[in-house]
Amino acid sequence: MPLLAVRELAAGYGPVEVLRGVDLEVGEGEIVALLGPNGAGKTTLNRVASGLLRPRAGEVSFDGQRVSRLAPQAIVEAGLVQVPEGRRVFPDLSVHENLLLGAYRRGRTRRPANLERVYALFPRLAERRRQAAGTLSGGEQQMLAIGRALMAEPRLLILDEPSLGLAPLVVEQVLALLVELNRAGLAVLLVEQNVVQSLAIARRAYVLEQGRIVAAGPSATLLADERLRRAYLGL
Amino acid sequence: MLEPSILTASLVHGLANGAVYALVALGLSLVYGVLHIINFAHGALLMAALYGVYFLVERLGLDPYAAIPILVPAAGAAGYLLHRWVVAKASRGREEAVLLVTLGIALVLENLAVALFRSDTRTIETGWAFAMVAVGPALLPAAKLAAAAGALLAVALLWALVRATDLGRAIRAVAKDREAARLVGIDVEHVFALAFAIGTATLGAAACLLLPTYYVSPQVGHGFVLIAFTIVVLGGMGSFWGAFWGGLLIGVVESLGGLFLGESLGQIGIFAIFIATLLLRPTGLFGRAV
Repeated sequence: MPLLAVRELAAGYGPVEVLRGVDLEVGEGEIVALLGPNGAGKTTLNRVASGLLRPRAGEVSFDGQRVSRLAPQAIVEAGLVQVPEGRRVFPDLSVHENLLLGAYRRGRTRRPANLERVYALFPRLAERRRQAAGTLSGGEQQMLAIGRALMAEPRLLILDEPSLGLAPLVVEQVLALLVELNRAGLAVLLVEQNVVQSLAIARRAYVLEQGRIVAAGPSATLLADERLRRAYLGL
Repeated sequence: MLEPSILTASLVHGLANGAVYALVALGLSLVYGVLHIINFAHGALLMAALYGVYFLVERLGLDPYAAIPILVPAAGAAGYLLHRWVVAKASRGREEAVLLVTLGIALVLENLAVALFRSDTRTIETGWAFAMVAVGPALLPAAKLAAAAGALLAVALLWALVRATDLGRAIRAVAKDREAARLVGIDVEHVFALAFAIGTATLGAAACLLLPTYYVSPQVGHGFVLIAFTIVVLGGMGSFWGAFWGGLLIGVVESLGGLFLGESLGQIGIFAIFIATLLLRPTGLFGRAV
């Protein structure tokens, strides 16, 4: 049984239909990439998975439990945690307070130990723990958003465009970190436009276009696919 | 020319009143910060709390200060339920509708008070009502001094709650970014109602502190809601310390205004400040540009 299973999911806003029957799975301990251009519906899929948007049809289940009609806090409670697009750290709160809030719903009992762990993972955050999160650089804010999510001891981490707006070197650091976390057992759904780098770390990938999965398979197969290479890599 | 001692005495009176104003304004400011609406029921809820103290004192013979541990949690619980069952339900999450719902609550509460208690002005008798304390050159009723001290303590507790507890952090997170708050697992509707509850709990405390030197009538909230709103605008919408310093300032302005212009015109300074703030510094003293 996969950890995350999305079945024939349809969702949208008002008259606009964004997802039209999406199927996707993430297994325990897997890194899976969800690729696609702007407007393909990637963020909408994340919003449904996190309970911010009700689907019109189909369902999302997590660890065998149907979550697509649960409240966002119940989904976090179950261990599905999202790092949203644009990081969305709380700008007026300090770095430390942002991390504390990461364990608001889940991981409360081991909060001190997890704080140590996150600070060890991101020494930069430890240096700036008293600073307002809004004053951090984009890369540091991304670290903080990931650190905040880790405070909830996620079983599956969904990252929405973590590379957006970051310098290439920082993107590499973020992706390397994901590999490291994955080795420790964390399942990751990496939602990205950055095709090459995402495929480099993901075992499998899906390609979403106009609300439908148009290609899926092992990363190596997708990288070799002539049509995808032309569409996404300009090769 | 006025003697300096009269001026100082007036300042002390103003600061003492201002401390209670600050507490009332902080409740309003907190609700504004989280829900992004001005709670027009704030004054009517203060009136209801004042009646609560009045009956606890008159019927059960409680000391008004002994009523604090009863009235603060009761007002908080009432605020929580009021938000969950009335404000949130009737407005369906639309901010402009929330505004009207709170106005409706104010009308209902005031008319209910008229129907139940008639529009008589009521005061309580306490054994120490006429005790006076010298503060510098000012002779202050002991109850007024106690009210100021209690209000400052309540402000400090509120500050600690907002800064140093998980609930306080959640409140500040929800105030800034509701969706991101949901993504860390915060039950945003619960936090809305809790913020509303804290806002009304401050009124429970303020009512116990006020009544010994004040009165209660169904319309008593009007003056307070105007003053509190002015303070919140002056200090900067949603700003904690803005509401605090704004409260003290307004208390002093009212007191000095009364001294120079007479009781009936004393409040004119408050509204002059309100208009000047809107014209010259619409983000308030401590506010940030939106």
